[in-house]
Amino acid sequence: MMASSYSAKEEDGHHPGASGAGGAAANGRKPDNTAFKQQRLPAWQPILTAGTVLPAFFAIGLIFIPIGIGLYVTSNNIKEFEIDYTGTDTSSPCFSCYQNFSWNSTLPCKCSLPFSLDQPFESNVFMYYGLSNFYQNHRRYVKSRDDSHLNGNLYSLTHPSKECEPYAHRDNVPVAPCGAIANSMFNDTMELFFVHPNETRSQIPLKRKGIAWWTDKHVKFRNPGGNGDNLTAAFQGTTYPVNWHKPVYELDADPENNGFINEDFIVWMRTAALPTFRKLYRIIEKKSSMTPTLPSGNYTLEVTYNYPVHSFDGRKRMILSTISWMGGKNPFLGIAYITVGSVCFFLGVVLLLIHHKYGNRSSSPDIAS
Amino acid sequence: MFSFSFFYSPQCYTRNERRYMEKYWKEVRVGDFIRLRCNEILPADVLLLSSSDPDGLCHIETATLDGETNLKQRQVVRSFIDLDCEFDPSKYNSVIECEKPNNDLNRFRGYIIHRSGRRDGLYKVNLLLRGCTIRNTEEAVGIVIYAGHETKAMLNNNGPRYKRSRLERQMNVDVFWCVIILLVMCLFSATGHGLWMFQYGDKRPVFDVLSPEGTGLSPVLSAIYLFLTMIIVFQVLIPISLFVSIEIVKICQVYFIHQDVDLYDEETDSHLQCRALNITEDLGQMQYIFSDKTGTLTDNKMVFRRCTVAGVEYSHDANAKRLAMYQEVDSEEEECTSHGGTLPRRESVGSHQSSKVVLRSHSTKSHRRTGSRAEAKRASILSKHTAFSSPMEKDITPDPQLMDKVNEGATQMEFMRFHSQPLSQLPSDLSDIIDFFIALTICNTVVVSSPNQPRQKVRMRFELKSPVKTIEDFIKRFTPSRLTSGSNSSSLSSLVTNRSSSNRGCSSILSSPSAESTLTKLNEERLQTGRGTSPGLLEHAFSPVPTTTVDGAKPWTLGEGELRYEAESPDEAALVYAARAYKCSLVGRLPDQVTMELPHLGKLSFELLHTIGFDSTRKRMSVVVRHPLTDQITVYTKGADSVVMDLIRPPTDDTKGKRQKKILYKTQHYLNLYAADGLRTLCIAKKVLSKEEYAGWLRRHLEAETAIHSREELLFESALRLETNLHLLGATGIEDRLQDGVPETIASLRKAGLQIWVLTGDKQETAINIAYACRLLEPEEELITLNAESQDACAMLLEESLRYIQAKFLCSSSAEQSATKTFQQQQQHFTPFRIPSPAATTSSSTAPFLVHRLGLVIDGRTLAYALDKSLEDKFLAVARSCRSVLCCRSTPLQKSMVVKLVRNKLKVMTLAIGDGANDVSMIQVADVGVGISGQEGMQAVMASDFALPRFRYLQKLLLVHGHWCYSRLANMILYFFYKNAMFVALIFWYQFYCGFSGSPMIDQWYLIFFNLMFSAFPQLITGTLDKDVSAETLQELPQLYMSGQNSEEYKPYMFWMNMIDAFYQSLICFFIPYFAYADSDVDLFTWGTPITTLALFTILLHLGIETKTWTWMNWASIAFSVILFFAVALGYNASCPTCYSPSNPYWTMQRLLGDPLFYLLCLVTPLAAVLPRYFYRACQGSLFPSPVQVGRQLDKLPPDTRRNLLSLNRMKVGSLSSLFGPRPSLFPFSGSFPRGCGLRSPQTISTSTSSSSSCNKKQERPGGTKNSKGQETRSSCQSSKQAGNHIPASGLRTESEGQPHRQGSPRPLPGLLDPTEESLCRPPYRAGACPEPSALQQSGFCQLGNWTTSTPLLPPSEYLPLTAPPSGDAQNFPPAASPACTLLPFEGGDTCHLSSDCMAEHGHVTTLL
Repeated sequence: MMASSYSAKEEDGHHPGASGAGGAAANGRKPDNTAFKQQRLPAWQPILTAGTVLPAFFAIGLIFIPIGIGLYVTSNNIKEFEIDYTGTDTSSPCFSCYQNFSWNSTLPCKCSLPFSLDQPFESNVFMYYGLSNFYQNHRRYVKSRDDSHLNGNLYSLTHPSKECEPYAHRDNVPVAPCGAIANSMFNDTMELFFVHPNETRSQIPLKRKGIAWWTDKHVKFRNPGGNGDNLTAAFQGTTYPVNWHKPVYELDADPENNGFINEDFIVWMRTAALPTFRKLYRIIEKKSSMTPTLPSGNYTLEVTYNYPVHSFDGRKRMILSTISWMGGKNPFLGIAYITVGSVCFFLGVVLLLIHHKYGNRSSSPDIAS
Repeated sequence: MFSFSFFYSPQCYTRNERRYMEKYWKEVRVGDFIRLRCNEILPADVLLLSSSDPDGLCHIETATLDGETNLKQRQVVRSFIDLDCEFDPSKYNSVIECEKPNNDLNRFRGYIIHRSGRRDGLYKVNLLLRGCTIRNTEEAVGIVIYAGHETKAMLNNNGPRYKRSRLERQMNVDVFWCVIILLVMCLFSATGHGLWMFQYGDKRPVFDVLSPEGTGLSPVLSAIYLFLTMIIVFQVLIPISLFVSIEIVKICQVYFIHQDVDLYDEETDSHLQCRALNITEDLGQMQYIFSDKTGTLTDNKMVFRRCTVAGVEYSHDANAKRLAMYQEVDSEEEECTSHGGTLPRRESVGSHQSSKVVLRSHSTKSHRRTGSRAEAKRASILSKHTAFSSPMEKDITPDPQLMDKVNEGATQMEFMRFHSQPLSQLPSDLSDIIDFFIALTICNTVVVSSPNQPRQKVRMRFELKSPVKTIEDFIKRFTPSRLTSGSNSSSLSSLVTNRSSSNRGCSSILSSPSAESTLTKLNEERLQTGRGTSPGLLEHAFSPVPTTTVDGAKPWTLGEGELRYEAESPDEAALVYAARAYKCSLVGRLPDQVTMELPHLGKLSFELLHTIGFDSTRKRMSVVVRHPLTDQITVYTKGADSVVMDLIRPPTDDTKGKRQKKILYKTQHYLNLYAADGLRTLCIAKKVLSKEEYAGWLRRHLEAETAIHSREELLFESALRLETNLHLLGATGIEDRLQDGVPETIASLRKAGLQIWVLTGDKQETAINIAYACRLLEPEEELITLNAESQDACAMLLEESLRYIQAKFLCSSSAEQSATKTFQQQQQHFTPFRIPSPAATTSSSTAPFLVHRLGLVIDGRTLAYALDKSLEDKFLAVARSCRSVLCCRSTPLQKSMVVKLVRNKLKVMTLAIGDGANDVSMIQVADVGVGISGQEGMQAVMASDFALPRFRYLQKLLLVHGHWCYSRLANMILYFFYKNAMFVALIFWYQFYCGFSGSPMIDQWYLIFFNLMFSAFPQLITGTLDKDVSAETLQELPQLYMSGQNSEEYKPYMFWMNMIDAFYQSLICFFIPYFAYADSDVDLFTWGTPITTLALFTILLHLGIETKTWTWMNWASIAFSVILFFAVALGYNASCPTCYSPSNPYWTMQRLLGDPLFYLLCLVTPLAAVLPRYFYRACQGSLFPSPVQVGRQLDKLPPDTRRNLLSLNRMKVGSLSSLFGPRPSLFPFSGSFPRGCGLRSPQTISTSTSSSSSCNKKQERPGGTKNSKGQETRSSCQSSKQAGNHIPASGLRTESEGQPHRQGSPRPLPGLLDPTEESLCRPPYRAGACPEPSALQQSGFCQLGNWTTSTPLLPPSEYLPLTAPPSGDAQNFPPAASPACTLLPFEGGDTCHLSSDCMAEHGHVTTLL
């Protein structure tokens, strides 16, 4: 208390010397008169009134509506065909498979579904399988994987992460690939036949590679011990997941597409965001510029029904689709743009009215008096 | 009572010499002996046992306790005065009994019981309180009575309070709501999850992962688990980061407030200090300001302005001019100072000035040149122990006319003295003048010190004699000539011998104490000074002071150059300095002797027989001296004109009496003028006592002094006996200088809707005076004064006031209200921006209590009753209807109680501002405490949240920084809630699509960084830099402050609106990507990342809409946020292909950037999300702009247009208010109430009759009694008031009349007053209750019944019965006292008390109505 009381005096007592040294020292504590410190930075001060925001609304409207129309048209130009082969309907050829097949079934159940395309598919056609009600985004499901395991780490191969539990070990043998995602891998096989008008069937070649992200295939996923030929040896000491019927090294004959780098597997491992999703299955490449990839006509889809969806009321679909620069067929974005643009335009008109009616009062207050 | 006995203990405080040891304060214990040096601060409450002062006195400065910057005398305990010079603690063996520790600073009672069994009373004068500073006393020794927290100073401090801003409190409520929302969301999710699980029944789907042990969970159990999971997922909703951000923003705000150059005071080189970092935004929400007066509103510097002596006015015009000049010269000089050396510029003012300058340069050693005011100010701080030494007080240019008369008088006296003529032959006006200056010089308690040894009391001791303490002493002193000697003087002489021996080392000059020696010394003195040169003896007498070169030609300059005066109250100092300007300077003061120097006469030593100190009840002080020239025992009295005028001896009928009467009359006239000028008026009077009278009085006085019980009362009565039949010498007008810009600041703050209360320890008159001067009270305002004697009376008073207010203001037909209404309407009509007028907004927000044009004055004692639990509600009801409230004579604790009461009961934001330690508790209690730094110590500053150098800075602090801080923070908080809710809601919507499994689609790191980094900086920048309205506009339109008071930026519904907006925006941000990616092969995090991006863009856009000013920093921060997000995302997504389980977003962002869909989403989604808000803001800006928005629009205008507009606006409002309440000039309250009864001349009444009846014509109230008209039509009479200074309805000086003293101004018209009546109706001074009508008026009752007001239409005789004085006055008033007189007796507020008689009378009156 004493010190504080006298500090003023001491400072003042000290002051004469300071002020004698120079005028600047006398005002030592004076704040700098800078724009920043005095909070006088040059600033743009938008005032939101009907008059000032009007142009923005009209501009948004005028920009968005054409974009929306463009998007809508683009989306409509995409050809898409979808067939549900779940077999819930009794008339469906896959009905019996749907009813009887379970994870424990050892014998594959086959069914074939005829369909016809009204319009030819011109460019590359992407063949998807779609699942509904499959919650690949379930929190525990998403977690149930081991990335270093899938990356070919030898230690992780035999010591799967705890995250994979209870799909990490089967009878105390480490599972490869571990985890619920891998365990529940979609394993239906589909073959597409073009039924010529003369009732003969010709199989349409389906490309198995190139369906996964390049980074996934080449960076994220690796077989243990490098992508060598001897996958069987590499996976020695592991077993396949409980729902699988064959080990991971038998997924494909092609060594470039086998084991962890099997693209079907990689695609499956990229968990879908929403419970109704599609995943790329095969690509039907355009052969020549002259003929459409998939000419209109009758087709048969041969399905080896391995994947039960009965337990979760799921649906299985096969989708054929061409794609544009903006992806698959989805008119929503175009509609959204058109809607937002229209609303903006409408609000712009409303604001125009407001501005016309009340604008004088507020925007030019100097006239008021 | 507790008692303790002491033995010698080595635990002593200072100096390591002998057995005194230095110690920490905390180690001081009760019973320790403490030795204190000059200028040390007392560490505890100490009983003074010894002082180096030979008279056993010790001076302390109590500024830190009560704010009074004066020196107070404390006395050594009586039985210790006789002791040796060196007090030896080891020989101390007495027992002290005293009160329990309490917080009453003005009371101390106890006994000291010596071993001999003798008991001595201990009083307040023996106690040195902790926190005070020892002044003028070389050394003092005392014993600690109360230490630590038991000291009175500490008991007056309510410890610090944890302050939390109102905004934060409001925010916490909403944080609580956030928790509720969070729980609801979690509960919803948990239920959803349970149901989702339940629908699968026993069929276990493949995606339902079993627990690690391989077992499944039941739906219920997993729902419970999920509930907990969701709390973790959604916890972002609880804005933890908000608190961090708020702290950061507040620190930045504090930084900017610190840096504001407008809040920097050049004079003291200090700027605003924010000592509390967490309540800046409260500054924008203040509703009540509680201000200290002294040192806060005023500079506490008194300047002598004018005086009147013997009925002749000396206007001191030069003085006024010079004061005006100070202001102008200052600015120039300050500029010059920066360029280097300046020459004193005031040389041209007068010869006095130039000599002054020379002298100043002489004393540069201690003071430096006090050329500019800035330096003067600094110097005054430097020498703040020498209170009141600013040049303004010292520099008084004498009035030439008066100067001549003083010289003439002095010359004549000198002549007479040499020719041994009786001095009574002196012309009476000259003798009055000389006496007047003698009174100015000696009738005070000013202590003289010399600057070279500032702490040394100047000793000019010619004899050693204590003041008359005993009857024996008196007898002894007067023995040789007139009285028979007492036999028991031996003990006394032995005592004196003792002392002289003991004082050997203490005092340099000692002589044997005998009357003869006095005479010889005096004679010597006379002879030497008579020669007109600086006497050797004088230098000898000044021996402690190093001899300085003295200009022999001007002996008085010695005093001027060397002596400084330390006064108990600043006006005393002002008077002493004023007298010095007339070369009547006070040279030395000792307890028993005052030495002054007169022109031609030289030094005169007055034997000081008694000093009867000032007290608030008597309102005067007196000294009893023996005049060295006439050898008469003379009483000089100085006091408030209201009381002194009543004590003047009634003039006789002879010619001398006629002249006396004329003087009285003129003096009263000038007093009124002074009061009208806002000066503090004092009357100076004298009285000559014959030896017999004196002896008679002294006997009873000594009895009173020695009495142990009711000593104070007896002394009081004794003083009353002395101060009668005075002879009026003159009157003075002193200006109590307000701080710069105080009235403007108050006006501006009031326009901003702030209620300003002044809580002061000062006396009522002074407080009212200042209140008028600083425009706290307007003359057209009515004043309700509450002075009550008892709890019941207080209750009654409050009740009546309340009823009066209701009757007056709530009855719709009252003229006042309709006038107010039209005023408001007009004002609204005129303000081009439709800024709601203060009254309109306040009334709407703080309904049902309207704030009327009323002022409330309450004194400390009444306040104590009013603050009682049973009355506080009523008190508040009265107080809150008043526009301004004045609490006088309030203790520190009362101040804090008032603040606490208002804060708790009215639930308003309170700000307390003060500068002294007496304001500390108030500062701590208030929501925001502001200390004025650099005036009176640091205690207030230490306790405060903000420390300002000057009061006027409060305006910018509140109106600009407060507003900004509040609006910035409020907007930021709302934005934070919105932001978190919006972000969390995204995840919530996703739960519908992931089986309520608690899975987030947003990567966990984005979740963490989103608040921390991506969206943090723009809002911090906006929260720190955003200005809704520019500083200039905020100051020019204080009305904008009300947005903060009404919490318009952050109302509870706004939280919910923001929540709804947040949910809407999150819906948009969720579902546009949802539908855009519906039924596609998108994976979880490739879908979640765009949503994160969209959310970021949306909240930035949202912030953009809410940002009012865009500086480059805003742009930079937003750009930085976006860039940071993408940089982090890209880096993160490229860093590790196998890490970051489970999302493992390797190369996701990179892929998205190559996807046109992503860009399309980024374009449409944020726009769609903020569209409603943007539209709403636009509509709001056009259709119903808030005042703040109008202010912003004003900002946009070109500067000159804006200025024109504002001035136009101001002018119109101003002209309106002048129409409504016209005031030709400021006529502040004079600080006292009707003085004597000269005022009630028939003339006055007739004047008022004419003017108010003319009003009545305008507004005849149906059914109203005639009596009431004067009151009711008051407001409509404003125009007539404006016409002239003659105020209608001034029959009585009721405060209800609003312009109390102005009404008095026309009253004493010379020649119109009937002399007999005047003398007759002067009431005697009465200390007790005075159940007179005047008491009623004073207590505010008069307002109730309009009976007290003018009653203009009735002839005087008709209202006599109403106001007949009670019989108590009968002996002094002949029953024939004229009717006019009975109305007049009126006494100062403190002395008039309401009693049951009043009530009875009042009842009578009301029934008559």
